Order: sequence, then structure tokens, then C-alpha cells
Amino acid sequence: MTELSPKFKYEVAQEPGGEGIKLCFACGICTASCPIRAIDEGYNPRRIIRMVLLGMKQRVLSSDFIWFCSSCYACTERCPQGVKFTDVMNAIKNLAVKQGYVPTPFVQQIDILKRFGRLYEIDEFDNKKRAGFGLPKVEKARGFTKKIMEMTELEQIILRKNEK
Amino acid sequence: MKYALYPGCTVLGRGRNYEMAARQVARVLGIEFVDLDDFECCGFPIKSVHYETFMMMGARNIFAAEQKELDICTLCSACTGSLTEVNKHLIEHFDEKTRIVSTLKKNGINYRMGRNIAVKHFAKILYEDVGINEIQKLIRKRLSNLNIAAHYGCHYLKPTDIYKNPEDPENPHTLDELISVTGANSINYSEKLSCCGAGVLAISEDLAYSIARPKFQELSGNSTDAMVLICPFCSVMYDDNQKKIEKKFGEKYNLPVLYYPQLLGLALGIDAKLLGLRMNRVSTRALLEKIGA
Repeated sequence: MTELSPKFKYEVAQEPGGEGIKLCFACGICTASCPIRAIDEGYNPRRIIRMVLLGMKQRVLSSDFIWFCSSCYACTERCPQGVKFTDVMNAIKNLAVKQGYVPTPFVQQIDILKRFGRLYEIDEFDNKKRAGFGLPKVEKARGFTKKIMEMTELEQIILRKNEK
Repeated sequence: MKYALYPGCTVLGRGRNYEMAARQVARVLGIEFVDLDDFECCGFPIKSVHYETFMMMGARNIFAAEQKELDICTLCSACTGSLTEVNKHLIEHFDEKTRIVSTLKKNGINYRMGRNIAVKHFAKILYEDVGINEIQKLIRKRLSNLNIAAHYGCHYLKPTDIYKNPEDPENPHTLDELISVTGANSINYSEKLSCCGAGVLAISEDLAYSIARPKFQELSGNSTDAMVLICPFCSVMYDDNQKKIEKKFGEKYNLPVLYYPQLLGLALGIDAKLLGLRMNRVSTRALLEKIGA
């Protein structure tokens, strides 16, 4: 737990959206603007940035709180340094996934998306209802989403969780 | 005005009333929607898990619209944000666009390199492309006795650097103006710009409900007739889950939540039933009686 990885900040910076992390001067406007922080003090953007800069890799990536960001972009808009913390959080979460930390709801969503191409299945019953309301038929998804997930080997990436 | 209508997942799954009202309003305003059968999820749910998959999912939807040379009209603000971000990336990085087109092709998904298109939320199309003045001319029933609380949501406004004509996210005006043109009074209130909390609903219901609560607390105590919003995710929080939030906190809100096209549709003289107003979770009956609809 206490082992530090001094290069962690560079790993974050190399992920898409993560490059802003090095610009932080710790003013804390992100934390002051955060609606999640207002409810749950366990989630604190400024603290997460400090932990990354200090190299607390395992503690950050294995934590539950990194998944609490609502992606409202309040921090991103107000940051005087252009850190784009919402994007930095996505970079951190992408790294956590590569380490095998994927919350169950995401695994379930990916499964649904693979099967139906959308988060909801639109079946014959739905289409009958839609017709009754004058809405056009929704064709079954043609498997593009599934194909893309196979191309990027998403399943292999998230299944690493089970190997641990 | 012709757009490829991008319904997204949540509108198809839980926002039939939104889709009905949007199509009705579009018809009256002379906006033509084209339905493409190769649209799938925009990629938003995957962004935090795997960025490359998110990028490919978004890009493929954009390519689908490019083949038809149509701009995309979105109804969901999360789809708007995702597709706008990906589209901006493709427009600014021609090499990336080429790479994704050829990677898809190698895997049997064939799209030719197309002319760049734009992604626009329906409310922005109403405001910028139709225009307040044109809408004004078509108003048949002024809703002047209604007090409406505009809920902008987050992704319609932010992040500002992906949008072509961003508004000040601390002081937006488009939805207020769109409400005012119906004759209704768009009220000022302190929780106006709050996040609905839907972004964390899958991770923690308790947290999501706590984030949605302050808006209800403020609006149920004043003379607001309804909240009006433009995103199916926000509607899941404020309309679908309102009863659950009331129960969790032992409070009573009873606040009707309408999609903006439903409000506009009423002012355009469209029948409430055709606008799906019977499908809203919190009853809209008292509101409809008040305006004599």
C-alpha cells in the first residue's frame, strides 16, 4: 500500500485526456466546485491529483472513489490551469481498468452493449408499442458495437479482473 | 433543414415521450428527420473504461451520417457531448480519421472517407437554426400562466472547448429563451445549474439521489409548475426516480418534469397526447388543466 511509483504521473499524462495533470498548482477550485465532494468527502479532486503526483499508484487505481466522478465538468470549466480534471479522471479510470479494476455495473453495461448495440434492447414488443404511438420501427442493431469491442479486445482487458 | 436523428440508447429505452414530442415539434417547424438504421450506442458509457473503444464507437456513428451527408441531431446531452468530442477530434486530426476508417474497413465495417458533418443538440437547432423569431411566429397558445424551472444539465453546456458556439456555463440563456418564447415565465433559482447525479447512478444510487435532491427541495417550496429539461438521463433522475428520492428523504415534491419539446409542442397547439404528456412519470394533469389543454 505504501509503495510509491514515482512515474505514475507520467503514465496518467500519457493516457488520452491525462496530459493536464502536470499543470495543477493545487488551488482546490476543483474540489470546491465538485457536487460529489459536497455530498461525500471521500471523493476529493485535489486530493486525487496530489496522490497521483506523489506516485500513490496502487492506492489510487484500486480505490472505489475514482468511480464517483459524475462527469459534470464543473472542475474542468473553473480550473485556472487548464488541467481538465474530468478528462484526467477518465485517464485514471482507463489505467485502473488495465490493472483489472472494473466496477461490476460497467461489466454488465458492456455485456448489454455487445448483445444489443444499445443500453436497452428494443424488441418486437417495443416496436409494436412504438407503432401505436406513431413512431418508426427501430431495426435490430447490426452488431457494429460488438465488432468494435472485439477489435479493441475490450473483453480481454476487462476479464483480467477475474485472473487476479 | 434536414438532420439524421440520433436517438441514442436512453431515449429509445425510456424516453418515448421525448421522441414523440421532438418529432411532432420538428414537423411543425419544418425540420426533417432522417432515421439511419446503423446508429448504435454513442460510446459514452465506455469512455471511462477504454478510450479507444469509445473513440471507435463514436466515430463509426459519425461516419454513418457522413455517408448520407447529413448533420446529426441529438436528443440526449451525453450523446451530444460524446459525439461532438469525437467529431472534433476527427475533424482536427485527419490522420486519425484515416486510421479509424481503415481499421474499421479491415474488420468488415465499410465506410468511405466522407465530408465532415456537424453534431447538434435539438435545443441548439431550435435556438440557432430555426431561431426564436421564427418559433415566435408559430406560437398558437401562449403559456403565460406557467412558472417553469429550466434545467440545463451538464453536457449540453460543458466542456465548452468542444462546442462551436459555447454559452457561458455559469450563465447560460438558450433554454431560458426557448422557454420564454412559449409565453411561460422561466424562473431564476439558485440550483438552476446543478448536476442531476445520473452520472453516478450505476455506481451508487444513494449518492445520485443526494445530488438530485437540492433542486427538488428548492422548487417544491415555491410556485414552480414544472421543471423543463433536454436530456433523457436528467429525466431518469428527476421524473422516473422522483418517487424514490421522495421516499429516501421522507419529503414530498410532486414536481412535474417535462421535456422542452413537450412544452413547446403545447404552445404550438399540438395535442397533449401526441406529445406523450400522459407518459411522464409525475402526473402532468394539473399542469394541463391550468393551461386548458
